[in-house]
Amino acid sequence: MTSGKVMKAMLGFYIAIFLLYLFGPLMVMSVTAFNTPTYPQAYPFEGFTLEWFGKLWEHRLLMEGLRNSLIIGVGVVVISVPIGLAASIIMNQIYHRARSLFYLVTVSPLLTPGVIIGISTVIFWKDALGLTDFTKATFYKGIVLSILGQSSFVAAYCLLIIMARLTRFDRAQEEAALDLGASYPQVFWHVLLPFLKPALLSASVIAFLSSFENFNTTTFAILADKTLVTVLAGEARQGTTPVLSALAVIIITLSLLGALTYELLKRREEAAAERVKENARIAERGEAV
Amino acid sequence: MSAGVELDHVTVKFGNFTAVNDATLDIKGGEFFSFLGPSGCGKTTILRTVSGFLDPTAGQVRIGGQDMQGIGPNKRPTALIFQNLALFPLMTVAENIAYGLRVRGIDRTTRRRKADELLDLIALKGQGDKLVSELSGGQKQRVAIARALAVEPKVLLLDEPLSALDLKLRQHMRTELRAIQQRVGITFIYITHDQGEALTMSDRIAVMSDGVIEQVADGKQVYDLPQTPFVASFVGENNAFTGTVSKVANGAAVVDTPFGALAGLNPKALKVGDKAILFVRPESLKIGKGGSATSFVSTVESVAFEGNMTHVFLKGASKKDITVTVGRHGGAKIPAQGEKSTVHYDEAHGLVLPEGKMARD
Amino acid sequence: MASSFRKERWPVTSRTLILLIPFVVIAAFWLLSRYEAKLGHDPTHKSYWERNGMVLGLTFVGLVAFWTLFLVTLPYLYMVVESFHPKLPPAQRGGPNDFLTIAQYKSFVISPTDNEWNWIHMSNFTYSIVVSALIAFLNLCICYPLAYYMAQSGTPQKVRMLMLALIVPYWINEILRAFAVRLLLASKGLINQAMMGTGITDAPIDFLGANAGMWIGLSYANLLIMIFPLYNAIESLDKNQIEAARDLGAPWWKIHRDVVIPYAKPGIASGCTMVFMLAAGSLAAPLFLAGPQQRWFTMTVYDFFFQAFNWPRGSAYAFILLAACITFVMVMLRLFKVKLGEAIR
Repeated sequence: MTSGKVMKAMLGFYIAIFLLYLFGPLMVMSVTAFNTPTYPQAYPFEGFTLEWFGKLWEHRLLMEGLRNSLIIGVGVVVISVPIGLAASIIMNQIYHRARSLFYLVTVSPLLTPGVIIGISTVIFWKDALGLTDFTKATFYKGIVLSILGQSSFVAAYCLLIIMARLTRFDRAQEEAALDLGASYPQVFWHVLLPFLKPALLSASVIAFLSSFENFNTTTFAILADKTLVTVLAGEARQGTTPVLSALAVIIITLSLLGALTYELLKRREEAAAERVKENARIAERGEAV
Repeated sequence: MSAGVELDHVTVKFGNFTAVNDATLDIKGGEFFSFLGPSGCGKTTILRTVSGFLDPTAGQVRIGGQDMQGIGPNKRPTALIFQNLALFPLMTVAENIAYGLRVRGIDRTTRRRKADELLDLIALKGQGDKLVSELSGGQKQRVAIARALAVEPKVLLLDEPLSALDLKLRQHMRTELRAIQQRVGITFIYITHDQGEALTMSDRIAVMSDGVIEQVADGKQVYDLPQTPFVASFVGENNAFTGTVSKVANGAAVVDTPFGALAGLNPKALKVGDKAILFVRPESLKIGKGGSATSFVSTVESVAFEGNMTHVFLKGASKKDITVTVGRHGGAKIPAQGEKSTVHYDEAHGLVLPEGKMARD
Repeated sequence: MASSFRKERWPVTSRTLILLIPFVVIAAFWLLSRYEAKLGHDPTHKSYWERNGMVLGLTFVGLVAFWTLFLVTLPYLYMVVESFHPKLPPAQRGGPNDFLTIAQYKSFVISPTDNEWNWIHMSNFTYSIVVSALIAFLNLCICYPLAYYMAQSGTPQKVRMLMLALIVPYWINEILRAFAVRLLLASKGLINQAMMGTGITDAPIDFLGANAGMWIGLSYANLLIMIFPLYNAIESLDKNQIEAARDLGAPWWKIHRDVVIPYAKPGIASGCTMVFMLAAGSLAAPLFLAGPQQRWFTMTVYDFFFQAFNWPRGSAYAFILLAACITFVMVMLRLFKVKLGEAIR
């Protein structure tokens, strides 16, 4: 065997180990979701059951948490994406030191541990909303604080995602629209926003998912309420039950479906782009004749 | 309807850099007017000042006699064709063309009718629902023109719009642009660094260098009677002989050059002792002996046969060769490399200009 | 009379005073951006309001001001102020007992109950920081070969599949991932079963009690945080450089030491920083996988809020953690000579 082959074999072995490290725990957990014993065990496999999935539906707290998680997720998207958009537009119109300062402030939530964001959110808003009885009664709630706390760093994700696309925007497009008589707001709605649409979409997806699975910030900001993840944490702390495995199986399945859909959409998009290019080639040939 | 454009002592500065220096110009309504110059000469800055993307640091821009100070690009009766066309990639061809009408609040059916009319004009009938990215380079070009014409501007500004096309298409588009201009009858202001484009299409040309307008004239005059060494050396090929004026008489002057005393016209009325440059175009030089002040001798460095003509490169005074272009039926025997050769020209084809900045090669 | 009045008002103003700081910063920022725009960096010479229009311009500024003020700076500053106050029942807040104090920070070093060195909290803190740094290094070692393979030698289809395989587990939340690791490592878990079954050991090994579970959990949770910056950095390296080094006879380890690693420095710095931050601030893995003896520092903070209800002391501890994290980031960036903008993308 040559040294190249040895290297290749070692590489293959390494990738296999890596993937085993990545997926092994998840696969073991998935198996326990279908095994009958009340302690989640993968081996010995005593009997196939769907009982734990049924238990999931009956779990009142889990369902309440899920509802709250969805509300918070939507709230975070509604707040963070516009903030990320606004921040990226401002960032694009300032220079040098002003830009560095702005950047430092806006990405600082990404460099702050989530627990600290949660703590500071609760301390600040407890006093800020406590100023009047009305605000305290209406807004001092776990769901509101979680939306605010999570938006603090999710907006920074959105900023980075949108900024990446905005830097590729051709200023001539803006000027062309202006030259044809559009007002500045019209340029924004007709030209810039459609251009940013893909980035806004992915920012929304990322924002929702980061909100949905957040634990560190939420565990403080949620106060007496519950989200799916904090309920999970409570359950997992109390003991191990196959119900959690069952939930994990559902999430894994959904993620896989999501990934597959994404891949499929991407393929279709590429095919469509290829068709357009082909048409342009045909037009080019027609011109040459 | 067309409108004239007047520049009245326009200066544009970026920080310490002066992009346009005191430009004064009167472009008549319905004229095809070109700004010609190398990149960085300030021609694009002038265009952006006329279209309203830039405000002049000093001076006034008037369109149709009206001062444009403080009027934004979206309120001016101009339309601009961008260098990269700047078509909206997410809109269809028809939507692109009708965009200017859409922002003016014109209803959908009128917009569509107008777009169809214009598609007809640019020979893209029935292709309104295509995406811009499905068109060829020349078709995109025509869509950009239609989009600009849709808003019925009084002045159309074109910023090197042909530079992205290949040579053959570029030549075809020159004729087409000129035809469109004559059909719609509005003022065209055209920016280019390609003298061929400027000479073939324009009624008048402004040659620019380093933010200064060097000369404004029609194509023939710019070529035959350049006013500055820059224009003489930038427009077309030219041979330059530097020296000092030794004699002036009857509108002509003799310059003492490294190749001896050589004569030419003296439109700038230089006096004896002035530093001067004599310009003689390659096609004006002929192989063979002529008058004493209109011929000289040099060594042949190389010969390039180009079919319809032959270029003979003679050793010049500085690094640059002297080019002699001999036509297919010029009659003279083409000298061989390394030979001494005598060339002459007609005094009326020599041009004596005061010493000054020349175009970089 | 006057002095006692001031004494009473002072604690209230310390909380309100802090509210002014961000506004001062915003004013400074505004002037700076105006000044720099005037320098002519923007070729259109248009002001912010001209470029966006009044309505949109105000909306953008409003959104960003809300974010940077009410979601970022003010809560942080407020937390810092809170940490300089004593623990009081709500009725006494703003009263005469609500004075500024560094007692909460002192309590981190010297325990207030017995006036002895507070070894427990200090060792928790040190342990968290050191282990987080080690986890960052461990993940760098685990991920570097894969990132290199994906960026430089994998075929496009394989890389795409690998990417997908990496992203899928990332969307399964932290708690469930920690749970999965616990199922595997518990005394009744699969690994102990396998080891006892094959006779390697007789009694189950207490992975979790020995904190091995937590280490694995922390590393496992942050694998992808390391992979992506590394991959992005190595991917842009010109293959020819590696070819050239190989051509010149450099052995593979020298190619990595002299060509790939120096080039991937921003990615390494960014990956290590992010993994460190996430590990040090992690709550899930320690909560479910830590052994009983050593407590992760975030859990100490957590307990001050949820068990002792001592918010000021919790804030002080949180601030100590934040300060340590910022120091670590700065040191990393300085060490690798990378700018912040390159590290976070």
